[in-house]
Amino acid sequence: MVLPSRLKQIALVVTTIVALVLPLVMRDGYLLGVVISAYITAIAVYGLNVLVGFTGQLSLAHAGFFGIGGYTAGLLMVNGVSFWLALPAALALTGTIAFFVGMIALRTRGAYFAVFTLALGVIITISIERWESVTGGTDGLIGIPPPAAIGPITFTSLAAQYYLVLAFLALTIYVSVSIAQSLVGRSFIAIRQSENLARAIGIDVGRTMRLSFVISATFAGLAGVLYTSYLGYIGPGMSSVAMTFRMLLFLMLGGAGSLAGPLVGTLLISMAMQALQAFEQYQLVLLGPLLVVIMIFFPNGLAGIWGSLEDRWRLRQLRAQPTVPRADEAH
Amino acid sequence: MSLFLQQVVNAVALGSVYSLVALGLTLVYGVLHIPNFAHGALYMLGAYATFFLVTAYGVHYVPALAISAAAIALLGIALERVAFRPLEGRSPVHAMIVALGVLLFFQGSAAALWGADFRRLPTPFDGVVSLGGLTITEQRVIVILAAVATMIALHVFLTRTLAGMAIEATAQDREGARVVGIDTRRVAMLTFAISAGLAAVAGSLVAPLVLVSPVMGEVVNLKAFAIIILGGMGSIPGAIVGGYVLALAEVLGGTYVAFAFSDVIGFAILVLVLAIKPTGLFAKGV
Repeated sequence: MVLPSRLKQIALVVTTIVALVLPLVMRDGYLLGVVISAYITAIAVYGLNVLVGFTGQLSLAHAGFFGIGGYTAGLLMVNGVSFWLALPAALALTGTIAFFVGMIALRTRGAYFAVFTLALGVIITISIERWESVTGGTDGLIGIPPPAAIGPITFTSLAAQYYLVLAFLALTIYVSVSIAQSLVGRSFIAIRQSENLARAIGIDVGRTMRLSFVISATFAGLAGVLYTSYLGYIGPGMSSVAMTFRMLLFLMLGGAGSLAGPLVGTLLISMAMQALQAFEQYQLVLLGPLLVVIMIFFPNGLAGIWGSLEDRWRLRQLRAQPTVPRADEAH
Repeated sequence: MSLFLQQVVNAVALGSVYSLVALGLTLVYGVLHIPNFAHGALYMLGAYATFFLVTAYGVHYVPALAISAAAIALLGIALERVAFRPLEGRSPVHAMIVALGVLLFFQGSAAALWGADFRRLPTPFDGVVSLGGLTITEQRVIVILAAVATMIALHVFLTRTLAGMAIEATAQDREGARVVGIDTRRVAMLTFAISAGLAAVAGSLVAPLVLVSPVMGEVVNLKAFAIIILGGMGSIPGAIVGGYVLALAEVLGGTYVAFAFSDVIGFAILVLVLAIKPTGLFAKGV
């Protein structure tokens, strides 16, 4: 394992401190709410990163799993089940559905996989919309209570909700980093680079891809549960393909395949969208071309730009202090 | 019985529109291997172009349709040059994401410029034709005739002209086409132009029957994807047959089984087919 550079260590420490003291400093509850939403979305985007960034398959059903997790938890909680039981139940259901869907979906690749998952996403949204007796249809679910208190710790205040979401975000990032550094993560990346080569070195491609699909969907499910308990109401729109597009944009701006990218991309665009709220109707007019420009000029997102800056800086350092005498100086 | 025949006629009209949309999608996939998620947006823009030509500028419906097709074809060329050409030789995932970005842009622009409300395009063909106990609106007759004429014209173009054969050749083998001196970049532009033009024709034909809105292309585009996956991505006969088959399944399923879920039939078939045969029913051999 390569040790993170000093700069990255400092950035990590500063980010952690800022994240921890934010509710104490930020008096504006509305803005804090925006940050909480961004954290929740970032968890889903980390999930998307596992599949798109590591394994290299474009799933357009991601928000569908976000919706399945959210609705499962929402329905349980409306009926009196505690958040702490609804959460594992929703994750288990999302993961199981993803497992069976993955068995079928992952027989396809590339464009077929994208189209298949697109259709799947639409089916999930339509099912939620039209299964009115259970899901409440287009009216959605309302009156979902916040997580129940654990001993003295309650989750009714905004700051408490913030720390709860932050804890899950930290867990998500930790799991993502662990995956990236593990054999499994390297198998994902090997498959992205060349499926045949991965198979040749003994990777069980089918099983590994299913695993990556289930992990990806489970993160989306987790984000869905947090979204539901944070907002207190949900609608079928949370599972829509438009939501998947949005997550994809966050991921691509931050940098697919990187570990900081999903968080950076989600926070940046969420904040920018708040700033541009007066122009809400023009959001897509701006974000669409932004996605195109990123893909054409910066296919590795901000993480890619940062990486190339870092390389250039290292190169300059090396040039400034030649450790090996040059050939023309030797004689 | 007469209900059944009536529904079959409706299905043929609907299928004509599906086939036109699917044809454009399958052409672009065949030549460039891009699943163009923005195709439905071109269909929507085509409908809007005709709508404004007719209502704001008083152009007759038929020339308006032709002007709209030409304008959207130009837009297709611009799209290929600006958005897709820079991605030559990159991972196909990049092209798919760019297509999504283009879709967001077109839909967002339409909503911002013209609002989310539904508009009705008046048509000069608003009478009905009676045929052996069936009553068919003239617009449906126009849809069927115009779509079939467009398909025949496309077939003649692809098989009888040099430019058309260049498209076929590039779809079959890009490298081979280059070797025999075909400019595959110009072929890519031409393909996008034809594909966008077909989408605009389909959108303009259907506009008087449904309502014009920024999201009108969404579901149609998904169905077109279902059709070309069933018919084999890149296959032209597959797109035509698939369009009519899906429309029949939807209309008859909606009439006799459950109306609320008729839109889902296409996706259900899609999921079933891919579960059984991951490359689609009539995939071209590679």
